[in-house]
Amino acid sequence: MTRFLTRGALVLAAATVLFPFLAILSAALQPPSTLSPGLAWPSSPHWENFATAWTTAGFGSLLSSSAIVAFGVVPIALVMATLAGYGLAMCTLRIKGPLFALLMLGLALPFEAIVIPLYYDMRSFDLLNSHWALILPLIGAFMPFGVFWMRAHFESLPRELVEAAEMDGASHWRTLVSVLLPTARPALTTLGLLNFMWAWNHFLLALILIQDPAKRTAPAGLGKFVQQFGKNIPLLSAGTIIVITPIVLLYLFFQRHFIKGILQGAVK
Amino acid sequence: MAETAYAPRRMAVSRAGTATRRRRRQAHRLVPLLYVAPGFLFYLTFVIAPWLQSVWISLWEWNGVGVATWVGLDNYAEILAEPALRAALLNAFGFIVFYTVIPIVLGLVLAAVVAATPWRAMPVIRTVLFLPQILPLVAVGVVWKWIYSEDGPLNQLLGAVGLGDFARAWLGDFTWAFPAVGLIGSWVSTGLCFLLLLSGIGRIDQSLYEAAKMDGCGPVREFWHVTVPSLRREIGVAATVTIIAALAGFDIVYVMTGGGPGHATTVPGVQVYELVFTAGRVGTACALATVLSVLTCAVMYGINRLTKER
Repeated sequence: MTRFLTRGALVLAAATVLFPFLAILSAALQPPSTLSPGLAWPSSPHWENFATAWTTAGFGSLLSSSAIVAFGVVPIALVMATLAGYGLAMCTLRIKGPLFALLMLGLALPFEAIVIPLYYDMRSFDLLNSHWALILPLIGAFMPFGVFWMRAHFESLPRELVEAAEMDGASHWRTLVSVLLPTARPALTTLGLLNFMWAWNHFLLALILIQDPAKRTAPAGLGKFVQQFGKNIPLLSAGTIIVITPIVLLYLFFQRHFIKGILQGAVK
Repeated sequence: MAETAYAPRRMAVSRAGTATRRRRRQAHRLVPLLYVAPGFLFYLTFVIAPWLQSVWISLWEWNGVGVATWVGLDNYAEILAEPALRAALLNAFGFIVFYTVIPIVLGLVLAAVVAATPWRAMPVIRTVLFLPQILPLVAVGVVWKWIYSEDGPLNQLLGAVGLGDFARAWLGDFTWAFPAVGLIGSWVSTGLCFLLLLSGIGRIDQSLYEAAKMDGCGPVREFWHVTVPSLRREIGVAATVTIIAALAGFDIVYVMTGGGPGHATTVPGVQVYELVFTAGRVGTACALATVLSVLTCAVMYGINRLTKER
């Protein structure tokens, strides 16, 4: 009996999560003229809504902008987080404490607190409306999580590994590159995927720092699309599905990394 | 005698040796800082410096283009005085009920029940429940905006089950807009809290439960006296993550209501956006952002102190 109830509760929870997805998929396939589609599955699905949404909102350019930003952020953020995580793990100086506290601060700071000066700074450096305006701050903002993540990985390794390398006279750099990095692949994959997702999904900075429609990212584009086509539900739903599909596919392929990363990352 | 004569010299040599060695070791100890430097440089340049700059700007009256005038703490007084700005901060804290309290309560109950009865379908359920965590919140907002709309699925559903009288334009309603937007936060966070707490339950020492049974505890008392206290750390983590999300909530509100009707759902992010780009009150916007960031840090610190294992 309890078993039945438990499973019922889990299925109900899962259904609650899935319901909105099924609802917009059905809405996206309604005839384009339906202004208030019901929940009924359309008798003849109108797949062409996706093509219409794609061209009207220019999702091709929006998605490629998001991709440029995400692929710009990930490699730089990974290299710096690895170096800094290793540095912090090795560090025996007293300054380690303050460095730690400074990074903790970054985990709590909301983007609202930095977006205004970033807007004026980027403007004075002529970077506003370029992809760099988003890439650079996001790398900085992802540093605290990345550094803590990589440090936790390096500290989880057996001490003998580093000591053996030191005995062989390996420098810090050699120890990192040829002894530690080979063990870091799973940790780096997880961090890379999380950074990719956060960069892809980011909204506030994207909305404010890239206002040029030609450079806009997908979430910001969707935000503007709602304002223009808020009443055309089939088109809007199709647009929403286009924006979330890449990230959902990535999640389905690498779900272990995503789930482990967010759950463990939160705990550390 | 000859030996003692040499002894001081030998000591002097060895002392000089340790000094260089110590200096070399000191230098060696500085090397990690070189590794830390590039990442920190980025972090300081693009996060900490703008934040300090924002605090500085908050002391000026500035429209973004013209000359700024020093106003001291006047901008902060405005936050207390203006209903829209006050509402933004109060709403941000109000959202904690939906983003944090409801998900943790639901997650705790669900996790406690589920932990007792393993199920092979759990990995699939886990994948589904985690889904809201990876979606862009803008997209989530777009979907729910339609669900809540006047002729949207929710009202159709209510009509279908004979509760048509209860149907309304949820997001345009002064009473209902706030809980309607808030519940989306619960929709997003519950799966995360559940999974965090479930992994915590797996780590609880089984002998605690056995001891509780020996003392004649039923399942409910077991939950209160063993499960909840043992999950102190996980609850703290879930609270930290979701409170940050609640206080910094912008995406969903911006897309769904823009803060309306009136100021019913407005949040600091929306106000900051409007103050800068519509009202040209950059100083006030920075003051609001500063207050938000200080409050967020204070809450984080408080939770950290409360849930730390003793």
